[in-house]
Amino acid sequence: MNSTVVRALLARGMLAGLGAGVLAFVFAYLVGEGPVDAAIAFEESGSHEHGEELVSRSVQSTAGLATGVLVFGVAIGGIMALAFCFALGRIGRFGARATAALAALGGFLTVYLVPTLKYPANPPAVGDPDTIDQRTVLFVLMIALSVLLGTGAVLLGRRMAPAWGNWNASTAAGVAFVAAVAVAMVVLPAGDNTPKGFPATDLWEFRLASLGVQAVLWAALGLLFGYLAERVLEPRPVQNEVSALVV
Amino acid sequence: MAQSTAAPTPTNPAITPLPVRALVPWAVFFGVLMLVLLYFVGAEQGATALVSGEGVHEWVHDARHLLGFPCH
Repeated sequence: MNSTVVRALLARGMLAGLGAGVLAFVFAYLVGEGPVDAAIAFEESGSHEHGEELVSRSVQSTAGLATGVLVFGVAIGGIMALAFCFALGRIGRFGARATAALAALGGFLTVYLVPTLKYPANPPAVGDPDTIDQRTVLFVLMIALSVLLGTGAVLLGRRMAPAWGNWNASTAAGVAFVAAVAVAMVVLPAGDNTPKGFPATDLWEFRLASLGVQAVLWAALGLLFGYLAERVLEPRPVQNEVSALVV
Repeated sequence: MAQSTAAPTPTNPAITPLPVRALVPWAVFFGVLMLVLLYFVGAEQGATALVSGEGVHEWVHDARHLLGFPCH
């Protein structure tokens, strides 16, 4: 019985992720492709050789972009649904929609925002290919740390809540999270490697676009999944006589 | 029953948590599957490669950049 609920929620999480991915793709195509093209123009104006094109730019910016963003959306949606299943009823008296919104907000903060503050998104031409191994490891490490610390902060807040009250416990947990993240950011090595002469405006616009893509994706995911999850968990209350008669 | 709960208070006051036992099999299997998907979008043919060549990397190139992953 409960297993069927989990399955239903998981499937809806992936579906909501697909829908959120479509919106994020539209945003990425409209807002993000300009800065990407500007960065590639800078790359080609320099000496950097890129070899022959395996996938044309027009495919990369449409079908390729859509594939990546949609698959990302589905995967994130599935993982968020599993986190939701665990969080539901365990993080306070939140209903399905509120829990979904909080799970998406927590995911956005710990999976994207905090890691990207340390290792920001880079457009083409920014980043030395020779350091890709190190940068990938550090980025994944930063995500893992941020998710672990975020989870720890929630557990801490729940532990404190009975004695301190919800507000004080949540505030203390939030402060502990920020402090722990700050330590991690100071300890981990810097990751900046912008080539000389790369236009600052392009870099800023690219990073802003990246933030936008992720914000659209997580916001849409939280809202869509909340709607779908509520229908699974709280079957429609009998709204009027008509449905009462049907039953 | 339905009439008695039709108070202005929204939805269930206390939602019962789903038992962890019901969650674990799904979390393990689908958690891993989802992480594999993330790996292919975010890192395949970058730092490491399961498939040789540059096809996957080049295909998801723009998404990888815009989603914030280190691409190359």
